[in-house]
Amino acid sequence: MNADATLIALGTIVRREVTRILRIWSQTLLPPAITMTLYFVIFGSLIGRRVGEMAPGISYIEYLAPGLVMMSVIQNAYGNISSSFFGAKFQRFVEEMLVSPMPGWTILGGYVAGAVLRGLMVGVIVLGISLFFTKIHLFHPLVTLSTFLLAATIFALLGFINAIYARKFDDIAIIPTFVLTPLTYLGGVFYNVDQLPTPWKEISYANPILYMVNAFRYGLLDVSDISIGWAYAVMIGFVVVFGAVCLGLLKRGVGLRS
Amino acid sequence: MSISPSAAPALEVRDLKKTYPNGVQALKGISLRVAAGDFYALLGPNGAGKSTLIGIVSSLVNSSSGDALVFGVPIRTRRSEAMQMIGLVPQEMNFNLFEQPFQICINQAGFYGVPRKVAAERAEKYLKQLGLWDKAFEVSRTLSGGMKRRLMIARAMMNEPRLLILDEPTAGVDIEIRRSMWKFIQGINAAGTTVILTTHYLEEAEQLCRNIAIIDHGRIIVDTAMKNLLAKLDVETFVLDLVNACTELPAVDGVKLTRIDDHTIEAEMSRAHDLNSLFAALSARGVTVVSMRNKANRLEELFVRLIDANDKEQAA
Repeated sequence: MNADATLIALGTIVRREVTRILRIWSQTLLPPAITMTLYFVIFGSLIGRRVGEMAPGISYIEYLAPGLVMMSVIQNAYGNISSSFFGAKFQRFVEEMLVSPMPGWTILGGYVAGAVLRGLMVGVIVLGISLFFTKIHLFHPLVTLSTFLLAATIFALLGFINAIYARKFDDIAIIPTFVLTPLTYLGGVFYNVDQLPTPWKEISYANPILYMVNAFRYGLLDVSDISIGWAYAVMIGFVVVFGAVCLGLLKRGVGLRS
Repeated sequence: MSISPSAAPALEVRDLKKTYPNGVQALKGISLRVAAGDFYALLGPNGAGKSTLIGIVSSLVNSSSGDALVFGVPIRTRRSEAMQMIGLVPQEMNFNLFEQPFQICINQAGFYGVPRKVAAERAEKYLKQLGLWDKAFEVSRTLSGGMKRRLMIARAMMNEPRLLILDEPTAGVDIEIRRSMWKFIQGINAAGTTVILTTHYLEEAEQLCRNIAIIDHGRIIVDTAMKNLLAKLDVETFVLDLVNACTELPAVDGVKLTRIDDHTIEAEMSRAHDLNSLFAALSARGVTVVSMRNKANRLEELFVRLIDANDKEQAA
């Protein structure tokens, strides 16, 4: 396929993904809006007032907001690609793409772009909701944007791997429930890892979500529990590794071609 | 030496083998050539290896060894180029049931890099030709079985393929729709597209296809022109419509008569046997024939014989 044709193919997948997200908005966009509103009301307004400042001049709800946005982005990027690609496998219309001349990276790129766009839509919605509860600064716009893109891409790639290996719908629910949610809750969304005793503090540094949440918080509030350079190294490393794994799986046809 | 795409056969398969991870050897070294512009039947009993062969050609199944070339382009090393020339109508429904037929066609064209405007024109053209335009913007899961099969044909045409592969396209479709599908596919073939058809309706293969391969137990047991294959059949069956009810079948030398109903009998006889002696024998017994036709199951007869013979050979 030449570059123009590849671009058309890529755009076709992205368009189909966005159409799907908007068609089933009550399953894709509404739930995170409701869940995050509850988080802001309960943890931010009600409990947060008693917590006090997390850093000089930063209230608990201000500290919480970037973490909640990143949590929504991660969960929705992952959930979008795992359910959409597994749905295509389950209904067998993934074969429409497999018999076409599209290279594997175009299929992966289209689905990842769709997942990142869902993350963006949900992120903007949650950010908008947070403005009803607190004020949001934007200290480092490029850090904020790049962290969002890297985090959404990492979890889109992970969701894709999950969908490739999944054989039934249960298989795409297990990872979010038993891995993603605990990692997110323990990834510094609700607290500063420096508050944790040893060895929990050290163990937390093995959690990749910690780096994403803190880099995003740095972009919005200029506050971070960890080094931003280290956070970028971790995120870029994950994108490269997971991207290579996905392309390898597509090339070998694992879970797709017999 | 490279083969120019125009001179190359539409499909060339060389010693293709496939063993699945569970140990099942679906293809045991298949070789065949389908000429450009041909209408080619690929027949075989269930589990013979037809769908595996189609799966390898359409890149849904990885072969264990051997080569498959589409218009001279090897699938293994130049997959993208080869796939650009193929349209596939699979046996199982494999489209998004929540999308509209028009959208399904547009998306399929997009996967082949067809610009959206051209894709919209093609979608309208093929959905109209296949009698689906009035359903183009309805959710596809509401379509009937026959409509879903026609939708898969329209979708396969979106890249205007040079080789169209149809894997049991008319399964479960009523005769009226089946005939309209035949007409459409014949039109596509007449316009230059090579067609490979698998079907369990042998009458369909006999009427449509010029060449035929029969595959059984992962091997090609026949690969020849349809007329050559049919010429091998030394027995012919005629259906005779009678004026008066016939309750007892007369005995006629060299002819096996079977009663279908009171006014219809079938006469199975050697091609060498002349019809005059049959009519003379029937007249002598007071049986008057008002009309007569060939029973259109010649290929079925041959197919059953060949598969039986191959089964016996395998068992031996």
